[in-house]
Order: sequence, then C-alpha cells, then structure tokens
Amino acid sequence: MIAVDGVRLRRGDFELSASFASKARILALYGPSGSGKTTLAHLVAGLAAPDEGHIAVNGAALVDTAARLFVAPEKRRISLVFQDALLFPHLDVKTNIVFGRFFTPVAERRVPFDAVVETLGVAHLLRRRPGTLSGGERQRVGLARALLCSPRLLVMDEPMASLDFDRRQEIMALIERLRDEFVIPILLVSHAADEILRLADEVVALERGRIVAQGLPSETIAAASRAVEGGRFSVVSALNARAGAFDPRYGVTRLAHPSGEIVIAARVADGERPVRALIKATDVALARRAPSETSIRTVLEGVIRSIDEDEGPLAFVQIGLKNGDVLTASVTRLSVAEMNLTIGGPVFALVKSVALDERELGAGMSRD
Amino acid sequence: MFDFSPQELTAIALSLKVAGTATVISLPLAIFVAYALARWRFPGHAALNALIHLPLVMPPVVTGFVLLLLLGRKAPLGHFLAEYLGIVFAFRWTGAALAAAVMSLPLMIRPIRLSFESIDERLGQASRSLGADPLWTFFLVTLPLAAPGVIVGAILGFAKALGEFGATITFVSNIPGETQTIPAAIYSLTQTPDGDADALRLAAVSAVIAIAALIVSEMLQKRADATRAGK
Repeated sequence: MIAVDGVRLRRGDFELSASFASKARILALYGPSGSGKTTLAHLVAGLAAPDEGHIAVNGAALVDTAARLFVAPEKRRISLVFQDALLFPHLDVKTNIVFGRFFTPVAERRVPFDAVVETLGVAHLLRRRPGTLSGGERQRVGLARALLCSPRLLVMDEPMASLDFDRRQEIMALIERLRDEFVIPILLVSHAADEILRLADEVVALERGRIVAQGLPSETIAAASRAVEGGRFSVVSALNARAGAFDPRYGVTRLAHPSGEIVIAARVADGERPVRALIKATDVALARRAPSETSIRTVLEGVIRSIDEDEGPLAFVQIGLKNGDVLTASVTRLSVAEMNLTIGGPVFALVKSVALDERELGAGMSRD
Repeated sequence: MFDFSPQELTAIALSLKVAGTATVISLPLAIFVAYALARWRFPGHAALNALIHLPLVMPPVVTGFVLLLLLGRKAPLGHFLAEYLGIVFAFRWTGAALAAAVMSLPLMIRPIRLSFESIDERLGQASRSLGADPLWTFFLVTLPLAAPGVIVGAILGFAKALGEFGATITFVSNIPGETQTIPAAIYSLTQTPDGDADALRLAAVSAVIAIAALIVSEMLQKRADATRAGK
C-alpha cells in the first residue's frame, strides 16, 4: 500500500506534483523521460525529500513535511533495483547479495538466501566479481541483493531498460516469480508499455511532473499515449486469453478468448495456460457486421465503450470485450463518421494475425 | 661505501619516523577534507579549499614561521598544549612531524578528492536503500572505492614529508638526533669542509627510499584499480 498525498518538489524548471494511493501488488509509474517518474520513486525510497507532502507505505508514514518527519532511506526498508544494477564493484557477488541482509534486523529476515539464489539462478556466480558479469546476470544479482533485505517495498527503476529483448523477457518472468514467491509489493518505474502491460496490476501515468491517469494498465496506457504526439503507434491493448494447441500444419497457435479466437503465427510454448495477447491499436480494423471471406483470422466481437477524437484525422475506439478486456483501435475520423459508429453499438474488431507474436505474450496472470 | 656513521643512521631513522608519523596523522584528516570538498556543499567551501592549498604555494619558510608563531613555547596555543596536555612541538621531532604533515596535506588531498569525485554517487544511494547508514556506507562502499586515490595520496604525502626542509628547519631547527632529518643532515654536510661525499651518500639513500615508495604505490594501485573495476 503506497499513499502519496500532496507531494510537491521543485528543482529548477521542473516541478513535480503528485497525489495517489494504490494497493496493487505491482504498481507501475509510467511516462516518458523527464516526466518525473524516477523522482517520484526516489521520493518514496527516501533518496530525495519533497518540498511538501505526505508519503506512507503500508500505513507507516515516511515523509510528512507538516510534522517535519523524514525517515532516512536506510530506515525505510525499501530497497531499489537500478537500471544498471549498480552492484558494488569492489565486492564479489555473494557479498553484494548479502550486503542488505547484514543491516536487516534478524527478526525481519524473512526472505531466505537459498530460495533467492535458487529462484534467480545466481548460485554459479557467487564467487565472481560484478565486472565480469553480463548485463542480464548483473540485473539478476541486483534483484537478489534488493530481495535479501526482506523489503517492505521493492522499487525497480527501469530495471530492464539496458537489456536486450531476450534478457528482458527473462527478467520479466523472474519479476513475476518474485512477486508470487516472496509476496513483496513492487513499484515499477518504466517507460516501456509492454513491460507494464505484462507485469503491472495498476498504473500511474505521469507527464511533465503531473499524474495524467491512473488505473488498469491497458486503459491507462492507452489514455496516456493518446496525449503524446505519435502516441498512436505505442497504444497497445492486453487481452487475457488461454493458449490452445499448436497447429503444426499451418504453424499457428490458437488462443481461446470469450469474444473470439485469436490466431498467432507462431508456436506458443508450454501448451495450455493463461496468456496475455498484446495488440497494437494500429493493427486493428473495424467492421459493423461479421466479415466473411477475409484473410484476417482473428475477429473479436464487442461493444464500443468510447470514441476518442479531436481535431486531428484519427480517432481511438475502445471496444469492450466479453470478459471485460478493452481493445483499442486506431482508425480515421472519416471511418467513424461513414460507418456511423456510436457508443454502445456492436462492432467486430479485425486483428491482423501477423501483428501478434509469441514473444509478445506475457505469462498470464490473474487479476484480482 | 654504505658504511654509515651513527649520525647518518640517526638521521635516516629519524626521517622515517617523522615522515611515517606525519603520514599517519594527516591521512585521516586528508580523507575527511577531501570527502567534504568532493561531496558537500557548505558555506566556506572555497575558503577551505584555499586554506588547504596555502602551504603548497607559500614559501615553506613562511609556513614554518607561522607554525612557530602559533605553537612555539611562548605562543599562547603552544604554551597551553605544553602546560595542560604535555604536548610540545618546538624543537622536538613531533614538531618536525607536524611541519611535514602540514606541508604534505595539500598533496594528499588532491588525488583523494579526485577519487571521491569519480565514484558514482548512486552507489551510495544503493547502499543507503539496502539499510546502511551514512557512516557504514562510507566505510563499506565509498572509502574502498576511493582506495587508489588514498594510496597515491599517502605515498605522495610520505615522499613530501621525507623531503620537507624549509618549514621544518624554521619551526624546529636542525638538532641532530631530535629534528635533523635527511634533508637537514645533507644541508649540514654541505656546509662542512669535505662533507660532499657523505652528503652524496645520504642523497642516494633518500632517492632509494623515494623510488621504493613509488614502486610500492604502483603495485598497490594496480591491485586497487582492478578491485574497483570489479574484476
């Protein structure tokens, strides 16, 4: 539980002003660089002090400028994972990992060393020095180091921004396991929509030091990206589906979704399991009636929840699907007018199956 | 050639004692001041920086004279220290060590400060977030990472202390067995007829000590650099 109330911070031209509260297991701070998301995370962790405001984590007040309260970062038991891991270069991996545990009161050391080393797969690295590790290895060690403090909150500041695609997938899977195995709430700072859609339960979107949206990842990210120029290319919807069998004859995998079948031109590993399919708004076309004789295999039936348009040529249409998922489509305003699309009306979303990729599928998660 | 007279041996031993003591005394202070200059912003930052560098740019004789005015037997501070704490600097080897420490301080501070400045401050933030208070963070993270600069500073300071002459001779004079270090002994020998050969031998000794110190510092620094790079 994070509660930020009336927090203000001014540094030169930049001004941050934020209030939010969240009980999410993984809360994401989302925004472009310079939006203040890292500063906000630092305020929560105690690496910076606000000019005014109140910050509490799990009910414990950490900052209250009115009461002149500022808990030092080392007393907050909030550990950080940094973009470049920031391991201590003069210490070997094992000493790095147990660094924080040394300062944790014995009674509160609830995260066991062996379990962390096992889960993060760093057992074979323990005697190495940080300078000899690869980027992915370094980040795993950084996660282990932060976890072994048994923190009340884990703050991750762009933990995957300097990793390549495969390493990112690996670290994302690990973060999901950490969340489930060690039951530690996570504050994830990220500018990458795919990371947030896969990992976060809730998103706070920032822009130029202000909170512009808060809510479920798919809706919030769509709302926040629309505000940005060129943002339609990064509007992505996440759909909860179930992976079905791989069809070796055509090389496709069918995903079961209450609103229709989603066909992916790739093999989805691990057989039947819940998955999240990511669909870019620019890859969705709309039809008033169920289309026949089309090359598109993925057709989802839904109801128009909102149509978002301004003076520009484009509009964003949000379609509510049968299981509550929201799919955003980017179409021209001309189409909206000529097709006579209205809120509440039925619509069919045509998704180019080629837009889906096995690698874009996160391991499914239940939303509670 | 190297059969030293008792007087020369005394000068060599005294020099090592004076320079060693000066280094041990000024190193913690140098580390503290270097850290303050590198990391803290406070009123008087520039003034402190200038004050530290004064002995480097002033004539050593002036520095020695200032020490004499402050800590001589008749000076209030010197009188107080002698009377109540039993610490006497004037015309003692301790005074030679103090003069050497003052003279070597600016040379020590510079490399240590550069070392502190080159450390990623976020490593300190990482340490704090892992539960280490500022003091633990300093001793477990910042200071070990500044080790290369500390080593260079210590060796430079030691070499400077070994060679210090002007401030020493002004402050504590040139007393064999008490304040006559190698440079002072060389000076005395050059003032006596037929002293040149002996002066040359002592000069060779001080060169050997200086070169040995450089080699040791080079070795230590290589190791510290490798550690710091995380290899």
